[in-house]
Amino acid sequence: MNNLVIMPIIVPLIIGLVMVIFRQKILFHKILSVFTLIATGVISGFLIYQVKYNGIQTLQLGGWEAPFGVSMVADMFSGLLLLTTSIVGLLCLVFAFGSIGEDRERHYFYPLFLFLITGVNGSFLTGDVFNLFVCFEVMLISSYALITLGGEKKQLRESIKYVLINLLASFLFLAAVAYLYSVTGTINMAHLAERVGEVGQSGIITAVAMMFLFVFSLKAGLFLFFWLPGSYSAPPTAVAAIFAALLTKVGIYAIFRFFTLIFYHQPEVTHLIIGIMAAITMLLGAIGAIAFNDIKKILTYNVIVGVGFILAGLATYTHEGLTGSIYYLIHDMVIKAVIFLIGGVIIALVGTSKLNDISGLIKTHPYLGWMFFIVALSIAGIPPLSGFIGKVYITEGTFAVGYYWLGAIGLITSLMVLFSVMKIFMNSFWGETILSEDMEKSSTKGVMFPIVTLVLLTIGLGLGAEGLYDYVNIAVESLMNPSSYIEAVLLGYSD
Amino acid sequence: MKKPNDIILRAVTNVAVVIILTFAIYLFLAGHHNPGGGFIGGLAFAAALTLLFLTYDIDSIRANFPFDFKVLTAVGVLIAVFTGLGGILFDKPFLFQAFDYFNLPIFGKTELATAVLFDVGVALAVIGTAMVIIMTISEDR
Amino acid sequence: METLMSILIGVLFTIGTYLILTKSLIRIILGTSIISHGVHLLILTMGGLKSGGPPLLGIDTTTFTDALPQALILTAIVINFATTALFLVLSYRAYQELGTDNTAEMRGDENE
Repeated sequence: MNNLVIMPIIVPLIIGLVMVIFRQKILFHKILSVFTLIATGVISGFLIYQVKYNGIQTLQLGGWEAPFGVSMVADMFSGLLLLTTSIVGLLCLVFAFGSIGEDRERHYFYPLFLFLITGVNGSFLTGDVFNLFVCFEVMLISSYALITLGGEKKQLRESIKYVLINLLASFLFLAAVAYLYSVTGTINMAHLAERVGEVGQSGIITAVAMMFLFVFSLKAGLFLFFWLPGSYSAPPTAVAAIFAALLTKVGIYAIFRFFTLIFYHQPEVTHLIIGIMAAITMLLGAIGAIAFNDIKKILTYNVIVGVGFILAGLATYTHEGLTGSIYYLIHDMVIKAVIFLIGGVIIALVGTSKLNDISGLIKTHPYLGWMFFIVALSIAGIPPLSGFIGKVYITEGTFAVGYYWLGAIGLITSLMVLFSVMKIFMNSFWGETILSEDMEKSSTKGVMFPIVTLVLLTIGLGLGAEGLYDYVNIAVESLMNPSSYIEAVLLGYSD
Repeated sequence: MKKPNDIILRAVTNVAVVIILTFAIYLFLAGHHNPGGGFIGGLAFAAALTLLFLTYDIDSIRANFPFDFKVLTAVGVLIAVFTGLGGILFDKPFLFQAFDYFNLPIFGKTELATAVLFDVGVALAVIGTAMVIIMTISEDR
Repeated sequence: METLMSILIGVLFTIGTYLILTKSLIRIILGTSIISHGVHLLILTMGGLKSGGPPLLGIDTTTFTDALPQALILTAIVINFATTALFLVLSYRAYQELGTDNTAEMRGDENE
């Protein structure tokens, strides 16, 4: 029992509620939200420390022992994601201070942001399938509100699609939970893993697993990503950045959790399907990123390529592949946030997202330009930046199990992604300067700090990959050996 | 505009609201061992309020309930979360609930449980949420 | 009993899907709530029907129904209540702002 496990969920929830009560004090909102995200960051750092030295930390809510109560579980994988969430969330929040506008702030922007973090953290920490659904909904309802906040025509139109798709996905999630409960008689993840391990993964359980894969793919944007480009280009920059950094990652986390803990007995079926879906996702995403001439569209298609690449590592189900996936997942959260922020700054400066109308920004904004260049290299996986190590491990994993096609597609799409971001760099920063400084629609004042910090973070993640390896290795060990997770939660209980 | 003749509705509402509110409180208190509890009690309470809003106009009811329902929701959830945090102080897991038997005057031997406090939070949150939803949909801007 | 329930769930899903595929927003919302009822019934059916008395103290029976599916459904209903309300308000707002509730006319162009 460790009450610290619940804290990353409780702290943002309480502070968000307090903010709702004191609605008009915007400055108070800003200070409190920064404080909250720092607090969750410190707590998750401490959780990582505890997991490293004392093993997986659990909390049985209300003292009801697993599998009868709701369990909260923090292992190294969720700990790393929690820490990254806090850091990326904090920086996106600081970006929002200077860019979101007072109207949105008055309409509960900061409480909604914290509720979103509550849902994301809850999804990472829960050890119960149904509770995962509830945390998903907390996150999604906040995201519905955030995506519509402001009420522009485009936002309303896109949010209707977004809400409808996610509602249907939620219903299918519930249906899948119902089938799983009927087949196994439990909804505690550790107990499920134990029972599925005992009776073997029969055809019907694999069918249920495919249903879960379908649901999480909709949320993660794996293959079923048709809703993503529209929805992620509608909201303001800070919101789009946090969506790109966190929301799809929660779906990816769920796929990882389910297909390493519970449904890992038939990798030749389930994981191969994940691999095929990942390959198609990467190809279609890369084609989309190349085809469009619009900054927002290019960036959203880059999110899709990233999702495919991370899941290619899971598809191999090897030590190398999963190591690469975790490295790349952390990298992707940081990099997608920063590239959305930079893209948003460019669009705000010029007032359009069409590449043909933007040119020569390097004269007036050299720092922004070179930071975009670094980020572009990092996305493509050029050493020593943070994308490199993940790509190497994932490719190694695909070659180790003989999925040469998957590794090859991963590498080819990396080049296509590099081309697509370089297209933005060359079009918007090079060329004739058509916009003098006083003609710009907004300034970069007050928004550079989060961008610079995130760029430093991607360089640091690349150079410090060696130091991170200890932690990633513990995460991969516990993903590859579900028995440690099961023992930590069930404490020796068996039917 | 012709004033609608709703004297029957008003007369029935005046009586029915009292009954519904009593029933809501009964449901709330019954929840410990029998069907009932904060959620259903809160919904019944919200139903009574909705009936009042239907019968009389929004402004005069607002004058009698001068608080923001969004704040009520937040307070309710806060109460629920804080009762959960209470367990942590005694080195018990989050959401831990205790109960014991006390000899009270008039009632005799009575079971008192911290779960009731949690339920109060739930009830307030449900009343607040239900009213916010109904008011948002009903008001035409 | 389970067979009957399965057929009913299938019918609910069919109607819901049909409504979601129509163009009017209000029909789409009705479709989602009908599908949600189907899903809730599915959870109830999957948990097993009529296997004992109600799971309460002081009931004179030896077998009790599994209370877990009911708890799951209650939570799911609450969440669905909230999302449906949000979806209704959102569509009403979109109807006011865009001047139509027909999803085909809502498409708009890229350059807004």
